[in-house]
Amino acid sequence: MCSRFPEALTPRGTSGGEGPLRRLLLLLLLPLLAACAETQAKPSRELRVCADPNNLPFSNEKGEGFENRLAELVARDMGARVKYTWWAQRRGFIRNTLRAGECDLVMGVPSGFELALPTRPYYRSTYVFVYRRDAGFEVRSFDDPVLKRVKIGVHLVGDDYSNTPPAHALGTRGIIRNVRGYTLYGDYSKPNPPADILTALARKEIDVAVVWGPLAGYFAPRAGVPLEVVPVSPQIDLPFLPFVFDISMGVRREDVKLKEEVEAILARRRAEVEAILDEYGVPRAGRRAKP
Amino acid sequence: MSGEYGAKEKPGEWPALRTMFPATPRNAPVVEDGQWVMPARDYASTRFSGLGEINRGNVKGLRLAWTFSDGNFYGHEGAPLVVGSTLYWVSPFPNELFALDLTKPGAPVKWHYKPPVQTAAQGVACCDKVNRGAAYADGRIFFNTLDNQVVAVDAATGAEAWRVRIGDINRGETMTMAPLVVKGKVLVGNSGGEMGVRGWLTALDAATGRTAWRAYSTGPDADVLIGPNFKPHYAQDRGKDLGVTSWPPGAWETGGGTVWGWISYDPELDLIFYGTGNPGPWNPEQRPGDNKWTAGIFARDPDTGEARWFYQWSPHDVHDYDGVNENVLLDLPIGGRTRKVIVRAERNGYMYVLDRATGQVLSADPFVHITSSKGVDLKTGAYQPNPTATPRLGTVVRGICPSAPGAKDWQPMSFSPRTGLLYVPHNNLCMDYEALEANYIAGTPYVGANVTMYAGPGGHRGEFTAWDPVRRRAAWKIRERFPVWSGALATAGDVVFYGTMDRWFRAVDATTGKILWQFRTGSGIIGQPVTFRGPDGKQYVAIFDGVGGWPGAIVSGDLSPEDKSAAGGFVGAMSDLPEYTEKGGTLYVFALP
Repeated sequence: MCSRFPEALTPRGTSGGEGPLRRLLLLLLLPLLAACAETQAKPSRELRVCADPNNLPFSNEKGEGFENRLAELVARDMGARVKYTWWAQRRGFIRNTLRAGECDLVMGVPSGFELALPTRPYYRSTYVFVYRRDAGFEVRSFDDPVLKRVKIGVHLVGDDYSNTPPAHALGTRGIIRNVRGYTLYGDYSKPNPPADILTALARKEIDVAVVWGPLAGYFAPRAGVPLEVVPVSPQIDLPFLPFVFDISMGVRREDVKLKEEVEAILARRRAEVEAILDEYGVPRAGRRAKP
Repeated sequence: MSGEYGAKEKPGEWPALRTMFPATPRNAPVVEDGQWVMPARDYASTRFSGLGEINRGNVKGLRLAWTFSDGNFYGHEGAPLVVGSTLYWVSPFPNELFALDLTKPGAPVKWHYKPPVQTAAQGVACCDKVNRGAAYADGRIFFNTLDNQVVAVDAATGAEAWRVRIGDINRGETMTMAPLVVKGKVLVGNSGGEMGVRGWLTALDAATGRTAWRAYSTGPDADVLIGPNFKPHYAQDRGKDLGVTSWPPGAWETGGGTVWGWISYDPELDLIFYGTGNPGPWNPEQRPGDNKWTAGIFARDPDTGEARWFYQWSPHDVHDYDGVNENVLLDLPIGGRTRKVIVRAERNGYMYVLDRATGQVLSADPFVHITSSKGVDLKTGAYQPNPTATPRLGTVVRGICPSAPGAKDWQPMSFSPRTGLLYVPHNNLCMDYEALEANYIAGTPYVGANVTMYAGPGGHRGEFTAWDPVRRRAAWKIRERFPVWSGALATAGDVVFYGTMDRWFRAVDATTGKILWQFRTGSGIIGQPVTFRGPDGKQYVAIFDGVGGWPGAIVSGDLSPEDKSAAGGFVGAMSDLPEYTEKGGTLYVFALP
């Protein structure tokens, strides 16, 4: 039980708050901890994880995201402790973190990702429509006529021909004039910039947001107004525009051993993984999320 | 020598120049004071020096005089300045300013100014950590930092005069361009078009750093500083609030049009000229319309910022053709009379000659192989895009020329009034577009584009072209292995200098393109050569090495050659660069013995 104390003191990862009370507690407990350390060695192994310090529900510096929780889970199984390198998840994230050797594991990559070696997928999510429950309409499909008249918000990635799949799906259907773009990067000095789009929905600046499932699953219940979260359909726009993605953890391409170890842990801890995803409301493809 | 590279094109392919110009220095500065006070040398952006001690007869004797390292390994795209007996250099991020004392042997550091910069926002600024230079005026050195500060430093003492932050790294804004100081105003613009940044040019009071005016590149006329005196030459640029109406509703708010290139100034017309970056961050099908005022050129009043005219190089750009290149202001004999023109080597592959009083296109000729468009209509000014070369999700488009960095990117050309030729460092690259890759940003998967770049016709990736703007054709070309990403320098000694990414600093004959001298530097060159007269009265030529920037990211950013689509597809075209160069950051200063 000794090993639980450090976790209880900093339940949210390596950089928990440093209030006076906490410091006092630490001082009081230090002799006790020291005693424990003698009987039960601290994990000597480090699981080096790179993560975004400001992007719930995935991760943040306080360890409040589901990817933080999954990192703790994997580390615990390994008998390791998590050591984070924080880096905004943007272009160059993988290059500057995983591939630069700053860490060994990132918690979320698409399973077809080329820049890292992905594990077997541990969840499959989907883009979702989000709208106010009192909106007076329902949206199930990109082909629903209502999308031609209501204000729609989507995320923007960049200008190298690519964007989030909903932006393309609407564009090819000629739905352009009633679409508003929110850059995924947003204002990074504010908490969780990608969540802006759901704030805009709650404020009635837009009527429908089409966003990646985990973001909606987490923020919709916290929006202050009742919101509906509905997986988009179809799941793939032909010729090639999927809205459903398998998500894996990722290691360096040559790091096959770690990949296999993580895969085994994910298989062994399947139920716990599912429970964490449920707790964060991550919509899984084929299932309807409960807002 | 490097095999076929660095060799002039076969005789006959490009006719040898028989210049129409008398050897009188039309457009040349009246007095050559031997200084270099702004990256472009003069307001006309000629990068021409009247110094002629080093000439085509003796340049082969050029020797290394001294060197200096700034201890920085990012791409060195800047130009040193020489004011009086001091050489100034602003490094890539973290943007340190060095002053070297030219009166002492080996030019020791006189002082060294380090601006406080934000390193906390690690990973938030996107890709580039370059800086394209500082500018001198009224006893001060002015420069930008990557994290959006404009700094004024006392040129004599290195003391900070003022420092202001005018952009936000948390919103994706950065600053990489060199300021231009005009009539007591420091003109600066932002970078970050690919991050959903809204572009602007800002004028700061040189004395205090206070913002005098800001002109946005998108949005309502009031924001763009378009008023009653805005008189564009072509009908498509006239109308109310085109910066709003040429976009889907609201899309202009994140529309790009950043101002990260060069500014020129014509004191006689009292106009500044600068280009705007590409539109973004929407995929093109989601932003139908001309997307004004991106990928074009503005003429403005420097005192008020008021726009006078605009011309759009690439309306509704789909190829990432930023329109920010340098505008060389010349008075040329065209159609039997002298015209005040802008010559502009544009990213889309055309060498434009514009009337700089009106914005009228007088000519637009391809200077590389072009498939992305079919030409420019000289009656209407309209660019004719080629619909089959338009990238579209779900399609594979091959053989788009020029590729995203364009026929020529920011790397500035030079003009010699003695030969009447422009010396143009540029690219010879094409690209394939394929949308297949699953990508992931900010926790969100999407289908990324797989852009692969490769050498254009001829198999070489870069060219150094001497262009005759009056006869509207190349006089000669030098093929280079890699894109020529350095600036060019022409001198009254009829020698032209430029550097290559495979570490050659070359001096060529301004008339024939014959290589007269070259020096192998430690790292590849993407900087801007300058020349100056030292306190000892001798002429010096200076260049920084330090490969990097967009094409050199494979070296300076340690990108893996396997990721062919990394750096926007540029890595695919540069996978052999690490065989030729490592990182660097050394100034080389040459003189005759």
